Amino acid sequence: MTRDEAFLQFLLRMGDNTLVLGHRVSEWCGHSPVLEEDIALANTALDLIGQTQFWLGLAGEVQGEGKSADDIAFLRDVWDFRNLLLVEMPNGDFGQTLMRQFLFDAWHSIQLGRLMKSSDDRVAAIAEKASKEVTYHLERSADTVVGLGDGTEESHRRMQEALDYLWPYVGEMFQADDVDAEMAAAGIAPDPASLRDEYDTLIGRILANATLTIPDSSFGHKGGRTGKMHTEHLGHLLTQMQWLQRAYPGANW
Amino acid sequence: MYAQMVKTEAAQDDPEKLAAFQARIDAGEKIEPKDWMPAAYRKTLIRQIGQHAHSEIVGQLPEGNWITRAPTLERKAILLAKVQDEAGHGLYLYCAAETLGVSRDELTEMLLDGRMKYSSIFNYPTLNWSDIGAVGWLVDGAAIINQVPLQRTSFGPYSRAMIRVCKEESFHARQGFDAIRKMAEGTPEQKKMAQDSVNRLWFPALMMFGPSDKDSVHSEQSMAWKIKMNTNDELRQKFVDQTVPQIEFLGLDLPDPGTKWNEERGHYDYTDPDWSEFFDVIKGNGPCNVDRLAARNKAWDDGEWVREGLMAHAKKKAAAKIAAE
Amino acid sequence: MKNEWPLWEVFIRGQHGMSHRHVGSLHAPDAEMAIKNARDVYTRRNEGLSIWVVEANHIAASSPSDKGPLYEPSESKVYRHPTFFDIPDEVGAM
Repeated sequence: MTRDEAFLQFLLRMGDNTLVLGHRVSEWCGHSPVLEEDIALANTALDLIGQTQFWLGLAGEVQGEGKSADDIAFLRDVWDFRNLLLVEMPNGDFGQTLMRQFLFDAWHSIQLGRLMKSSDDRVAAIAEKASKEVTYHLERSADTVVGLGDGTEESHRRMQEALDYLWPYVGEMFQADDVDAEMAAAGIAPDPASLRDEYDTLIGRILANATLTIPDSSFGHKGGRTGKMHTEHLGHLLTQMQWLQRAYPGANW
Repeated sequence: MYAQMVKTEAAQDDPEKLAAFQARIDAGEKIEPKDWMPAAYRKTLIRQIGQHAHSEIVGQLPEGNWITRAPTLERKAILLAKVQDEAGHGLYLYCAAETLGVSRDELTEMLLDGRMKYSSIFNYPTLNWSDIGAVGWLVDGAAIINQVPLQRTSFGPYSRAMIRVCKEESFHARQGFDAIRKMAEGTPEQKKMAQDSVNRLWFPALMMFGPSDKDSVHSEQSMAWKIKMNTNDELRQKFVDQTVPQIEFLGLDLPDPGTKWNEERGHYDYTDPDWSEFFDVIKGNGPCNVDRLAARNKAWDDGEWVREGLMAHAKKKAAAKIAAE
Repeated sequence: MKNEWPLWEVFIRGQHGMSHRHVGSLHAPDAEMAIKNARDVYTRRNEGLSIWVVEANHIAASSPSDKGPLYEPSESKVYRHPTFFDIPDEVGAM
């Protein structure tokens, strides 16, 4: 694997995470529990879509085949996607959505903090802009997880169920492969495993405030960020997202 | 509290106070929430602002229908930002209504159980991507024509909410026109979608201005109180005059074959919408009435545990803080 | 309905502003969430600004038109929400 090939994979991983999660969060628009949350969730989705344009735009540049961010987002099939399984999991109830958001935001904020020191200026610049946004996402999702975890009996039960359901998808964020080794060697991105301690401390504190119990199991599903095996959910997401581009190829929108 | 107000409305307002109230409005003064106002003025405003707020909220649904299918990242972001604005507008308007003594949750309950209405346009479906352009351009275009004069309405909080809404609304109409223009100038299939949208949404857009003046019941009192600034037909004509040349600019066929420039009047003649359809939709028989209300009810019911949960946590936190002091 | 989130009035000072201005209202379970909601609803999260929130029923407001006995203010609870009042700059600067 050349460095550029690894770099491309890395950029797809970053961009597909925000693309798929932004899509998921946007599914809430008009259906949230309360107006203020509806507006806040839309802001989160908007930030993620904006970050996608940067990451996938840069991916197209590095790939050098003249592809735009839109080409990459709308014209690849499931096996080409490099997002974490966590972000493609269905919204479920509001609690599951916010738990997924929190588990991702915590990783995302740490990752972006490291990427701001990337040896690649373009990566550092995207990370710097995204980091401001994600710091706020984390503040908000953490607060909501605490509020709902510590709220009523029902909200506590639902949040614990959400955590139990999503926990097996957390481990994938810290698994390293050749791409990561190449990126770490080039000083472009950190070794994923090196983020784990900070992550555990962060979520441990928040989930304790939320009176929630982290499951005992260290088992982790994988296959999203390598593209080896996504969940069944991603295909359905793509059929919606890509439909117009697929049905009317070559049209300008 | 709402029920209580309706009851007190039956009591006659003091004629002297009524005259003085009217004099203030005629002098162009704004009425503020703490001012004395006739019960019917309050009731009419609650209905009108509430309906307006509900329209923004239900109006999220037909456009939200396409967020996950938007064809590019940029279109997705624009549409999402736009639908988010609708939620914001609903929020501003509910707050304005709340100054009249009704709570947002009460208003929401009245929407959900059908006691209050929302604009009938949102009971029509969005069937192809071009509808997103058409809704922004035609529906928001019509809404702007309705709303611009309301910035001068006599009730202060409503007037201020409308000023804020109008500022954001012009972005909506522009993005809509831009989206449908891409379609009208695109491939034959895209052009077909654009024509289909205009054909389907034209008459429902005309209906947004309400029934013809001769059939409009509450107009006169509302105009005197400056809750309503222009007649329905005046505003509808303005919309037709403004929009017909835009349809022609897009190179699309006019959806109404009866459209003709009338030199003498200095306006376009047009065919009236089918008012029996209009009243049918109001009665609940539009293509999407049932689905729209079901979606809002589901969001509200599914969200109850979230609202309760966050409130319960806030109360615990406040109690702990007091205990610590 | 039994547990409606309280109403908050939102005041914002922009990057170059000298004082906080009333921008509108919203609902939130507590002050912290009200500030976050204000950021999402009223600022679209521009950096470098300052937000105040105050629970609406803690605001005392003058009657907007003290012109004569005909318009004496009612203290009825019906008017408890002073939403969307224009608060003078001086008040914000206190």
